[in-house]
Amino acid sequence: MSNNMYKQTPSQTVGPYFAYGLTSEQYLYDFKSLANNELVSIDDDSITIRGRVFDGEGNVIPDAMLEIWDNQNNLFGRFGTGTEKDKGFVFKTKKPQSIAGNAPCLSVILFMRGQLIHSYTRIYFSDEVTNATDEVLNQIDNDRRRTLIAQKKDNYYLFDIHMQGDSETVFFDI
Amino acid sequence: MSQLIYNPFDMEVHPPRLSPDYKSTILRAPTKPLVLLKQSLAELSGPVFGDFNLGEFDHDLTKNSIKNGEPLGERIVVHGTVFNENGQPIPHTLIEIWQANSCGRYVHKVDQHDAPLDPNFLGAGRCMTDENGNYKFYTIKPGAYPWGNHYNAWRPNHIHFSLFGANITNRLVTQMYFPGDPLLQHDPIFLAVPPKGRDLLISRFDLEATEPDFALGYRFDFVLRGHNATPFEKI
Repeated sequence: MSNNMYKQTPSQTVGPYFAYGLTSEQYLYDFKSLANNELVSIDDDSITIRGRVFDGEGNVIPDAMLEIWDNQNNLFGRFGTGTEKDKGFVFKTKKPQSIAGNAPCLSVILFMRGQLIHSYTRIYFSDEVTNATDEVLNQIDNDRRRTLIAQKKDNYYLFDIHMQGDSETVFFDI
Repeated sequence: MSQLIYNPFDMEVHPPRLSPDYKSTILRAPTKPLVLLKQSLAELSGPVFGDFNLGEFDHDLTKNSIKNGEPLGERIVVHGTVFNENGQPIPHTLIEIWQANSCGRYVHKVDQHDAPLDPNFLGAGRCMTDENGNYKFYTIKPGAYPWGNHYNAWRPNHIHFSLFGANITNRLVTQMYFPGDPLLQHDPIFLAVPPKGRDLLISRFDLEATEPDFALGYRFDFVLRGHNATPFEKI
């Protein structure tokens, strides 16, 4: 059990002004970025994931920050929703492999003003047959499972995130 | 067969997701129960930045944006140690910070507060903890600034911190406050933290870390979610 002498440091919101510190090059500040949204060089194997983040009234959130983590390929990316025309996010990466019948997925950490603690979700892919046998997807009710699955479009995957409402994205306690 | 288990967020000290006095949480906090995820390799791993090429002055915000002179304001040293919940220091983990300048103005283009920008201060920095989990930044004490949450709302002086730790369950974004700040008792972001956790967000003045004729010292330690030391048997 945890030692009470060392209580976890409480979380606080990332706030509205993270851009010049955490996503500086994307927002054109003169400070080298730790990470960006191109996790791989663009070639035949790379995929594009796009989406927007919506609040409880369906408004697009223009000041969220997403981090994605692919443990298979050791890839990390970060992007703020303030610079694309549609105030969305875009990542270029590669799709992980299916392992032991589980579907390929990416881990997502989501931060924004109005979130006192970050949220965790996952991105699955609509064109993967292993979604049907995936342990995590199968523990989620049918009507919410779709919120975790990026939809394949012509040349990208669409993954919208809804903080609240009927389409509220599944967020994980990890 | 044993498995490493990460402690959950300790909600005795973390703020709840919905905290209506902080108005932005109302439409942005998830409302449905979180789905408990059995921790797999995806959660028990995370980015490491050992090969990230830190700039010479990345940890020194008094120097990393100089254009034509020294930044204005009170120079401070902010230092401390990053621990896990078992009290073990976490070496070689990346810490990023960002903050307002001494007048309470953020460089961010969205910040419209009518206080001057400082051409010699960006307000962003980062460093890696050393082999003993210690870190140190030089910066300028940030000013308070007004925000639109309620009438006459002012944020207390604070520095934003972002930490990675060993895996993605350790991820922490938080704010460090200063001792004796009268705005703390009026700030709904700070007050969203349960009473047990509030002191953990306030740095303490540190005369030993104070550098004579140069900068006041403040100490601020972190505790990231740490693994349960006792392995359990998988049935």
